[in-house]
Amino acid sequence: MTEPTPAAEAVRQAFPEAVVEEQSFRDETTLVVRLQALVDVARFLRDDPALAFTMLKDCCGLDGLLLGQAPRFAVVYQLYSMKHNRSLRLMVRADEGQAVPSVVPVWPGAAWYEREAYDMFGIPFEGHPDLRRILTPEGFEGHPLRKDFPLGDVPVDHGVPPRGE
Amino acid sequence: MSQTETMILNMGPQHPSTHGVLRLILELDGERVVSARPDIGFLHSGIEKTGEHRTYRQVLPYTDRMDYVSAMTHNLGYVLAVEKLLGIEVPLRTQYIRVIMAELSRIASHLIGIGSAALDLSGVSGVILMYCFWEREQVLNLFEAASGQRMSPSYFRIGGLMADLPEGWVEQARAFIAEFPKRVDDIEKILTHNPIMLDRTVGIGVLSPEDAIAYGITGPSLRGSGVRYDVRKAMPYSGYDRFDFEVPVGKNGDVYDRYRVRVAELRQSTHIIQQALDDLPDGPINVADRKVVLPPRDELNTSAEALIHQFKLITEGLHPPAGQVFMSVEASKGELGYYLVSDEGPRPYRFRVRTPSFAAVQVLPKLIQGGLLADVVAVIGSLDLVMGEVDR
Repeated sequence: MTEPTPAAEAVRQAFPEAVVEEQSFRDETTLVVRLQALVDVARFLRDDPALAFTMLKDCCGLDGLLLGQAPRFAVVYQLYSMKHNRSLRLMVRADEGQAVPSVVPVWPGAAWYEREAYDMFGIPFEGHPDLRRILTPEGFEGHPLRKDFPLGDVPVDHGVPPRGE
Repeated sequence: MSQTETMILNMGPQHPSTHGVLRLILELDGERVVSARPDIGFLHSGIEKTGEHRTYRQVLPYTDRMDYVSAMTHNLGYVLAVEKLLGIEVPLRTQYIRVIMAELSRIASHLIGIGSAALDLSGVSGVILMYCFWEREQVLNLFEAASGQRMSPSYFRIGGLMADLPEGWVEQARAFIAEFPKRVDDIEKILTHNPIMLDRTVGIGVLSPEDAIAYGITGPSLRGSGVRYDVRKAMPYSGYDRFDFEVPVGKNGDVYDRYRVRVAELRQSTHIIQQALDDLPDGPINVADRKVVLPPRDELNTSAEALIHQFKLITEGLHPPAGQVFMSVEASKGELGYYLVSDEGPRPYRFRVRTPSFAAVQVLPKLIQGGLLADVVAVIGSLDLVMGEVDR
């Protein structure tokens, strides 16, 4: 057992019910929190001066289908505190079609990352200001980064008529 | 009663100043931009999906093709992420060579950034672009000499390098480094105090430090706003803590300050390469672990064990332990992060790239709303976008 990092410890103390799991690998801490508590935990991590995770470096989806995870999807948030030069990975798990609360009110930069996770995995984000597809063309069906989405052989309508004819 | 109507202007995706295929839907009131909506995805090629279907070694060439202007830094981010997953550290000589290549890559990328931004600002400074391209050519020659490739080198490999530096390479690099600061002076002579340049850039596209951090802007665009954050200093990798260099910052966060930061970084990169060339240690370039790096070719004729390792690595690939890592490097455009999830299989279970340009496009409307249409191109140029990296 590794010693819990201060950030994880602080979250545990402030939200005893929220933390589901804590993982440590190669000096990186991953904190899995309950879906309902996500925005509160996020706001706490950003605003507490001892933590000050003001920067959301990345946010992406994860499909646990082939890992046999019980709630199939996860959303991963890479947080960074410039003040303390510390990183933390936050994770929530969600079932197919289950909405994940949007963290746009906490980190405005999350807007596009959540759109990408919606586009690629079909994870809906509750309270997102503008949840549309972002990378795939308009009218595209399916979510390409899901593990049951095939690699190739999917016809895509780019809205451009074929040449010739 | 007069009523003003706004006009919708579609800029791009085929527009020379959008540096690729960025489409902007601009709402204009005369010359003023009322609102802007970027539309991306034209270069989306599913690199993350492809990456999850290739072995760790096979993913490497895809990383070249995201930021094709500065491919070495993408190579570096990826190999470091896999090495972190494996828990290995490459020999010191390799770390130094990687630093030299990454900094050369930064020079090549900033030259394009500065040159094309100057071209966007006024047609006559096209000469700047040629100056910049000439210098970039020298860097690409160095890449070609070391790796055989100019734009997509894939020179760094998991656990080492493709090959050691060829004979005479260090001298060639020294010759370039000795000349390069004078060329930077030339570029600065034309641009830094140029009245047209100042008119077009000072006070334009101001990005506040608070917004920059909240939107995850990194690299020269963040430092132009006065925030001294550089991954090479904050979380040193590949031996960057052994080198002495400064992190230049701007004050106002406008187009001009972002330009000044890039020019200053050209000089800092030169300084780093100089130190790395001076102290370049001897020794092996690859880790000794045969489960990671292929055995030398001549051993295959005599050693059955080497043959087995070769066979296993080629047919199956690596098997990192289960876990997840996020590895950041300071690429030329900002912080580049690779997030890998391993399920002990030979392919990444999740292959995710966090690119600096993606964040920069998101913040773009904030910088151009309320400004003039002509300033849109100045702001796009100052963010140094590469659409291959945005759309992946």
